[in-house]
Amino acid sequence: MNLRRLWAIMLKELRQLRRDRITLAMIMGIPILQLILFGYAINLNLRHLPAAVADQAQTAGSRAAIQDLLASGVIELHATAQSPQQLVDLLREGRITVGIAVPPDFERRKLDGREAIQVMVDGSDNVVQAAAGQLAQYPLNQPDNFHARVETPISVVSFYNPERRSPVNIVPGLVGVILTMTMVLFTAVAIVRESERGNMELLITTPVSRTELMIGKVLPYAVIGLLQTSIVLLLGVWLFRVPIRGSLWDVYLAASLLILANLSLGLLISTRAKSQFQAMQMTFFVFLPSILLSGFMFPYAGMPPPAQWIAELLPLTHFMRLIRGIMLRGAALGDLWPDSLALAVFIAVMLTLAIRLFHKRLD
Amino acid sequence: MTDTAIHAHGLTKRFGQLVAVNAVNLDVPRACVYGFLGPNGSGKSTTIRMLCGLLTPSEGEIDVLGLRIPQQAEQLKRRIGYMTQKFSLFDDLSVRQNLEFLATVQGLPRQQGKARVDDLLRRYRLDDRTEQLAGTLSGGQKQRLALAGAIVHKPELLLLDEPTSAVDPESRRDFWEKLFELADDGTTILVSTHYMDEAERCHRLAILDNGNLVADGTPKELTAKLQGRTFLIRADAPRKVKEALEDQPDVLSVAQIGNELRVLLRHSDEHVDAFKQRLQRIGLPFDVESVTPSLEDVFVAATRRHEEQAA
Repeated sequence: MNLRRLWAIMLKELRQLRRDRITLAMIMGIPILQLILFGYAINLNLRHLPAAVADQAQTAGSRAAIQDLLASGVIELHATAQSPQQLVDLLREGRITVGIAVPPDFERRKLDGREAIQVMVDGSDNVVQAAAGQLAQYPLNQPDNFHARVETPISVVSFYNPERRSPVNIVPGLVGVILTMTMVLFTAVAIVRESERGNMELLITTPVSRTELMIGKVLPYAVIGLLQTSIVLLLGVWLFRVPIRGSLWDVYLAASLLILANLSLGLLISTRAKSQFQAMQMTFFVFLPSILLSGFMFPYAGMPPPAQWIAELLPLTHFMRLIRGIMLRGAALGDLWPDSLALAVFIAVMLTLAIRLFHKRLD
Repeated sequence: MTDTAIHAHGLTKRFGQLVAVNAVNLDVPRACVYGFLGPNGSGKSTTIRMLCGLLTPSEGEIDVLGLRIPQQAEQLKRRIGYMTQKFSLFDDLSVRQNLEFLATVQGLPRQQGKARVDDLLRRYRLDDRTEQLAGTLSGGQKQRLALAGAIVHKPELLLLDEPTSAVDPESRRDFWEKLFELADDGTTILVSTHYMDEAERCHRLAILDNGNLVADGTPKELTAKLQGRTFLIRADAPRKVKEALEDQPDVLSVAQIGNELRVLLRHSDEHVDAFKQRLQRIGLPFDVESVTPSLEDVFVAATRRHEEQAA
């Protein structure tokens, strides 16, 4: 490998990139947009669910119980109803997602220790159902209540994210999602575009070697990947106070592993795709399972074994474990060596395949 | 070191059922401008791509500059320049950036590369456009840039695939001047074209038709073979005469040029008068004179003969 030739290819790539406004906009825009979307708009910790109450008991006790539920902040009163039937209607019309029915014999039931309040939930959304479930945990606390529920015998203490804020979970993962989306696409398209425009025919009749060509095209994007990582981290810390408990060095090392893994995957795609459009299709083939199975949105432990096997093949899964470990739990990259190793193996395999499949030939 | 730059024997390329190049034998002497003449789809590009190792031949042997191709293609790449049919430099890099990139990739040391690029910019009249993006150049300028890019490392052999198909006549003339300059310096040039006037300029040429090499030699040799077979006919009603002539069994082709008809006979007639006498039997008034054969006649004769042999 000749370093001057390698540098010439990198320089060419950077110069072309500087003139490619859409790609430039994607480099900066995607991290910022996604961070703001996931940080502000998408919140898995629900509050202010629209609710209605049908209080048929109308006693001091029932009113106090309802006030307690409202004070939790999970629900917000949007309508009133006279009967449970009206609550069902409101639910069906979609005007509320939670209905609270207090039966006329509220006080009696409470004394007997039977269910005293019914919470109706729009179960068509899992997250809403889970949030409303919290309401059922609410103790109907009254000092003179002989049958008052004993406090839950098992207590849950949330380590690393005591306030249970979504951004803390999401931002580290988002680094990985953004890198997966952009890095694979950029490299795959960058090489296929040269073939489409006819530049490749010129390049392969020069003494440039396959390795020089592949590495020279990939390295500039690695720098861009690190830039994107920095944008997400900076904004995450600044806007959402996301902690970086481990060493920053380890964070960047983990990010570099994911970047290289995605770039080599992009290269492999570029050797198979015939057009830029095909390259994009193939990228999505990898991107969707990455988002869904990596543990970014749904916990890995909850997936059936076949899904877990697929997840193990995706670089994002391993990165998700690395980055959450380093940023949130303060782990060191060395503590998480199985996932670091998995990424390194992925890079080696993909890069070897890509270089082998790329021929300096047209047939 | 031999005097032959390219030697190919039995060169064949099949794409599935299609035979793109069929058993072509080729010998290109050094420091000569060698033309590939043929219509689109005749196998010119495929042959050139096989010669520089971009395509693997289905059959046949290739020896280029003493190297076996495709086995030694990587070694060959340092010694050849290749200009593709489609402009293949980078549209989104400037003229200078394109040339500097190629100079580095071809392994020229920094100082030498810079001097070479400056020299090429001047010689190819691009020195007033060094910072312009290549994609915004005119057809003729793009072509000069592509040629400059192909010879940045002073290759021994230059392969040009229809280099002038997208430029105006003046740029074409200018381009050929540059090619002869390079040939004078000892560069061997293989150039494909479908223009007769360009083919006429070559030192030697090969005519390709449907993947077959149907004729080769110097333009003089090729036209000399047709001596006595070409006539020019002036007539008041050229179209009628043309129809009548086409029915004659020994007429190979008739082409109308303005009010004149250019006739190519299947065999050389012993005397122009004999031809005239036979024509007079048609009964239409016209005037016949014998003319020197052109390359176009050579092309028609070669391709028709091949079609008939195939049929």
